[in-house]
Amino acid sequence: MSLTLEEAKVRNKELIDEVLGAYPEKAGKRRAKHLNIHEEGKSDCGVKSNIKSLPGVMTIRGCAYAGSKGVVWGPIKDMIHISHGPVGCGQYSWATRRNYYIGTTGIDTFGTMQFTSDFQEKDIVFGGDKKLEKLLDEVEALFPLNKGISIQSECPIGLIGDDIEAVSKKKSKELGGKTIVPVRCEGFRGVSQSLGHHIANDMIRDWVFDKTDPAKNAFEPSPYDVAIIGDYNIGGDAWSSRILLEEMGLRVIAQWSGDGTIAEIENTPKAKLNVLHCYRSMNYISRHMEEKYGIPWVEYNFFGPSKIEASLREIASHFDDKIKEGAERVIAKYKPMVEAVIERFKPRLEGKKVMLYVGGLRPRHVIGAYEDLGMEVVGTGYEFAHNDDYQRTTDYIKDSTLVYDDVTGYEFEKFVEKIQPDLVGSGIKEKYIFQKMGVPFRQMHSWDYSGPYHGYDGFAVFARDMDMAINSPVWGLTRAPWLK
Amino acid sequence: MSQHAETLIDHEMLFRKPEYTDMFENKQKNFEYKHPRDRIIEIQEWTKTREYQEKNFAREALTVNPAKACQPLGAVFAAVGFRNTLPFVHGSQGCVAYYRSHFSRHFKEPTSCVSSSMTEDAAVFGGLNNMIDGLANAYALYKPEMIAVSTTCMAEVIGDDLDGFIKNAKMKGSVPQDFDVPFAHTPAFVGSHITGYDNALRGIIQHFWEKCDARTPVPGKINFIGGFYGFTTGNLREVKRLLGIMGADYTILGDTSDIWDTPTDGEYRMYDGGTTKEEVRGAYHAEATISFQQFCTEKTLKYIESKGQEVVALNHPVGVTGTDQFLMEVSRLTGKAIPEQLLKERGRLVDAIADSQAMLHGKKFALYGDPDLMLGLTAFLLELGAEPTTVLSTNGDDSWAAKVQALFDASPFGKNCKVYPKKDMWHLRSLLFTEPVDYLIGNTHGKYLERDCGVPLIRLGFPIFDRHHYHRFPIWGYEGGLRVLVMILDEMFERLDQSTIITAKTDISYDIVR
Repeated sequence: MSLTLEEAKVRNKELIDEVLGAYPEKAGKRRAKHLNIHEEGKSDCGVKSNIKSLPGVMTIRGCAYAGSKGVVWGPIKDMIHISHGPVGCGQYSWATRRNYYIGTTGIDTFGTMQFTSDFQEKDIVFGGDKKLEKLLDEVEALFPLNKGISIQSECPIGLIGDDIEAVSKKKSKELGGKTIVPVRCEGFRGVSQSLGHHIANDMIRDWVFDKTDPAKNAFEPSPYDVAIIGDYNIGGDAWSSRILLEEMGLRVIAQWSGDGTIAEIENTPKAKLNVLHCYRSMNYISRHMEEKYGIPWVEYNFFGPSKIEASLREIASHFDDKIKEGAERVIAKYKPMVEAVIERFKPRLEGKKVMLYVGGLRPRHVIGAYEDLGMEVVGTGYEFAHNDDYQRTTDYIKDSTLVYDDVTGYEFEKFVEKIQPDLVGSGIKEKYIFQKMGVPFRQMHSWDYSGPYHGYDGFAVFARDMDMAINSPVWGLTRAPWLK
Repeated sequence: MSQHAETLIDHEMLFRKPEYTDMFENKQKNFEYKHPRDRIIEIQEWTKTREYQEKNFAREALTVNPAKACQPLGAVFAAVGFRNTLPFVHGSQGCVAYYRSHFSRHFKEPTSCVSSSMTEDAAVFGGLNNMIDGLANAYALYKPEMIAVSTTCMAEVIGDDLDGFIKNAKMKGSVPQDFDVPFAHTPAFVGSHITGYDNALRGIIQHFWEKCDARTPVPGKINFIGGFYGFTTGNLREVKRLLGIMGADYTILGDTSDIWDTPTDGEYRMYDGGTTKEEVRGAYHAEATISFQQFCTEKTLKYIESKGQEVVALNHPVGVTGTDQFLMEVSRLTGKAIPEQLLKERGRLVDAIADSQAMLHGKKFALYGDPDLMLGLTAFLLELGAEPTTVLSTNGDDSWAAKVQALFDASPFGKNCKVYPKKDMWHLRSLLFTEPVDYLIGNTHGKYLERDCGVPLIRLGFPIFDRHHYHRFPIWGYEGGLRVLVMILDEMFERLDQSTIITAKTDISYDIVR
């Protein structure tokens, strides 16, 4: 079923009208602003974003705590991140994001552990500050090699009036200036994960940068120092990216925050350039470093060879000829492998249609990788984007693409049912819904426990995974033969 | 270059390539400012000592790697056990994203649940408008027959009144006046997921029973409540099979056997199976209710008892004696004799245990998890002749510990066994070093203990994220006992093979017959 652009626009318009018709009037009016059909040449996608989700609609979004603890802070491996409040938040987010790291867990690294103050009723009634003080002492006693502690606030903290900043200051002083960071990322703040990212960025600024003696870590700068910002090393993504940057002659002095350490964070203001992958979650700190330390930043995209190539050149353009030549060398080195990967998988994927719904940067960033394999993205949307994300998205999407912001379970199901894409890329909550409908699916948050997908080594895995999903024989078994 | 188009490798092998290992070494050496290796080893060894254990057990404020979740998770579990019922959690929306993900990672199935998406303004003014709009939207979009409301800690801290809010929403026309909206307050800072299951289940039952006329007990009719457990699909199907064989007139209250096991046939079923409203109303007139998990249903049973039913609280029976007890209770309450077929099933489980008892005798186990599951598994291990030397629960209290101790005391194999209430998996880590065991039983998170302490893990808890399909098989009934037995034996044989697999060194004992 191949539609012309005009036919696709008409179909998508009807589809939007149909789903809006299912809502009560007030809700339908509000949702109408989040759904659109992209028109070539427009400067954004024509959808409103970063607005409160409607109650009761089954939004796929998470909360500020998820954005701070789950995304930004959690992967910093040699710190202990306290889920401060009741037990659940830390339990559900325990090690599920696959931020890979190297270290002796429980001794000098703590990434896949769940530390919580496990609030009880008395903590709600009498406040949790005393408990937090005691907790910090216990952390120090039992985990003496930790390099810092962050306090990730869950909903009750901001509601009961605890002063976690005062506790942090006091304990930091007692412990000889130890890095202790209070983070006000209560889940009710903001409208999604996004505010959590922002708050987390700001706390790094206020409680790490502003409190670190620049001479703390002995550090010999080089003219080629860069920091990877906004790569959480899911399935090793930051590693398959770092290797390319190093091969082109750059020196990666920090990873934010996948496999990252507090020392790397502290040293980042010494970088010559910040290279930013996930714009949404870490543009704030990049802008701050630009303003305060004069470090320029550049966005890049390491999904799929076309975008990798362009990004390597873009990054190199900030340096001298040595690095520019290095970029060309890297591109040439990987070219035969990448061509062989495309030769192997493209014939099996050519012309396949994809619908995406993810967070951060992926609803746009991965489009190039699909196109490198001859696939087409016909619908995309973000959980927690802002308007600047939708502006950037226009560089990637085609005329007639269906765009859905903060999609509801109902809408997404209807869209997929009618459009019948060959592949849906979204999250764990969506995966089994679409597979039961007989639609191939890949989780595009966790890489479906695969990865890496970043860089050239990652693209090979990505191509293989998309082929596996789409061309699995299981999709031929969903209808019993006697029901034809 | 690490990848080749024809021989693609995954992260498992990719990051062992020298290009990457050199890169890692370089990163560590130049940028991480790591502690010296000797210091790391020193601390690592120190964490294995009794001295460390003492410090570890002196903790009062810090919880590390707990084996429990929060109330609303249990409330969602209870709600989806009812026909065409949509769970609605009043409070912050991120919580619901977490419950849905948590269940989907375990069951490999979708879980439908909505949130009232309260934000800062609701924190100030209360979440009434969120309830009004939320119920209206959920009702219009997902066409449930019932919406079961519970709460996150946010709504509880600000003191939102569910009863008043729901009445108000009905007045505003969010849902019809006679539409069923049972509710339960489920504060995350009280109890755990099993408390939430209890509260929500009681809320649903109460919602229907309070409207029922006088109770007219039906002779021999019973209700069955399974409680919160990750193997619910297989278990409830097995219970239904057993009760069917018994010829019992029964109702499962909260039947989650189908919702987390829907087919892939081209149709997505948002709702499937579950107890109907009629069945819930009918259950009021049963003579008795059996709960398979006492600690999951304390308030629910109390309520049911107050209505005049006899209640029987079991502790997650597993194995021969446990299933015997269950069937005898069913027989007593229904007046039906236990048929020959079940006697044969029993005999087969005993046969299997007899065949394998030499493998099991005196083997030491550590186990952790929900209180009832711990009681059931402890009892089974003791009847296998194994020694459950360490039994730990994060959400088990002193009354639970006393019950475990009673099991120990009743068996010669329980002599050297110890129970640990209100402890977490970091406590357990200390215990595994100071009081070593042969095997560990728990959930997926136990794999970190398997790595740190070298104890093989048998996955029987919740959640299980890193193995597929376990929940489809029962561990209840004689057949379920067989499954647990085989899981334990498989791990033992595998372990034995692994330890004897080196050619010309350990393979003397690499036997073909075991």
